[in-house]
Amino acid sequence: MKKNKSLGYEYIKGLWEINPVFKQVLGMCPALAVTVSVMNGLAMGLATTFVLVFSSLLISSIRKFIPNQVRIAAFIVVIATFVTIADLVMKAKFPELSKALGPFVPLIVVNCLILGRQEAFSSKNNPLRSLMDALGNGTGFLIALVVMGGIREMIGSRTLLDYPILPAGFEPWLIMILPAGAFLTLGLLMGLANFYVDKKKRNQQQELIAKYRKPSTTLEIKGEEA
Amino acid sequence: MKIVIHMITTLTLIGVIVGGLLSEINDWASPLIAANQKAETEKAIFLVQPEGKSYETIPKTGIEIYRVYGADKNLVGYSMVSVGNGFQGKVKIMTGLSKDLSEINIIEILEQVETPGLGTKITEEPFKDQFKGLQTTPQVNWVKGKVPEQPNEIQTITGATISSKSVVTIINSGLAQARNLKERGVL
Repeated sequence: MKKNKSLGYEYIKGLWEINPVFKQVLGMCPALAVTVSVMNGLAMGLATTFVLVFSSLLISSIRKFIPNQVRIAAFIVVIATFVTIADLVMKAKFPELSKALGPFVPLIVVNCLILGRQEAFSSKNNPLRSLMDALGNGTGFLIALVVMGGIREMIGSRTLLDYPILPAGFEPWLIMILPAGAFLTLGLLMGLANFYVDKKKRNQQQELIAKYRKPSTTLEIKGEEA
Repeated sequence: MKIVIHMITTLTLIGVIVGGLLSEINDWASPLIAANQKAETEKAIFLVQPEGKSYETIPKTGIEIYRVYGADKNLVGYSMVSVGNGFQGKVKIMTGLSKDLSEINIIEILEQVETPGLGTKITEEPFKDQFKGLQTTPQVNWVKGKVPEQPNEIQTITGATISSKSVVTIINSGLAQARNLKERGVL
């Protein structure tokens, strides 16, 4: 069954169908805490994607050597290694960003999204498939964080990537850059995402129903003609 | 038994490999990180002493304080780092002091975790500018809801009284330590 799915699907599904933030509701802690601005969301998304991609790649290539009993311990060690690398590189090359993200970079270790993907996907699939899955989920996480950061930065501090975009007459809503604003944004976006999925599902059902009805209606018309 | 050995060898192997990898990366990163921190401190030292051209760390003081020299190697003042409690967490301030510690040059908030939009106003110009040329004898005072009358007073920010007060308290405690050092002739 799994083998039938194309590589492209493994990537695409992470963007929307199983979007880590809106659908799997994983990695809530960074999603709520760091999305005060687009830049922070972007940096956090990229750091998480980096860790996710490399851990998935490594874990799926050594999955056959890891005994089942110690798999979680092995996963965590691998994930922690890549997180430490990301943290050190950020501190060395982007000190400003590292300061803004504070303790949330080291905390990627315990992001359920990463361990979740290893448990659910990488430990059962080959490296190429795991790479696509990790890239897809990483991109999905990145998109969610950037969208949340964008909305909060725009309403909360009138800027986007530090360029003022709303007129000076607009009084920034402080609540949007406080924790409460994170919950508001996340809740509304999740509702919006579910609304569209429900609509799509309903349309599909209707199409299916219409498809099966068609022959009978045409028959009726024919009958009348006769 | 076989599975136990397998478990131990696998985990040990993973641990050794990633440990080696991390030590390599740390070797590369740690000098860069140290350089970043040094550059940041240097920037802050000269930010609060605009006339400064070079600086010198003063050893054995118990606090972080630097002598700042001007273009012709004469002492222009001191840059002092003081840390204390703000509203939610630690606030770290760099204060530029005149030669005789009687006047504040400029202050700069290095680190803070105050409430966004309220307490964070302590990092903005209108608040920081109040400290320019402020007299420090006998100590810095704050007033609330009215315009300061004395040369050693600043006005607290509406909605961020605690954060404003803590800035004053942190500067005062740093000043007390600096004066003490001055009396002992260390500065």
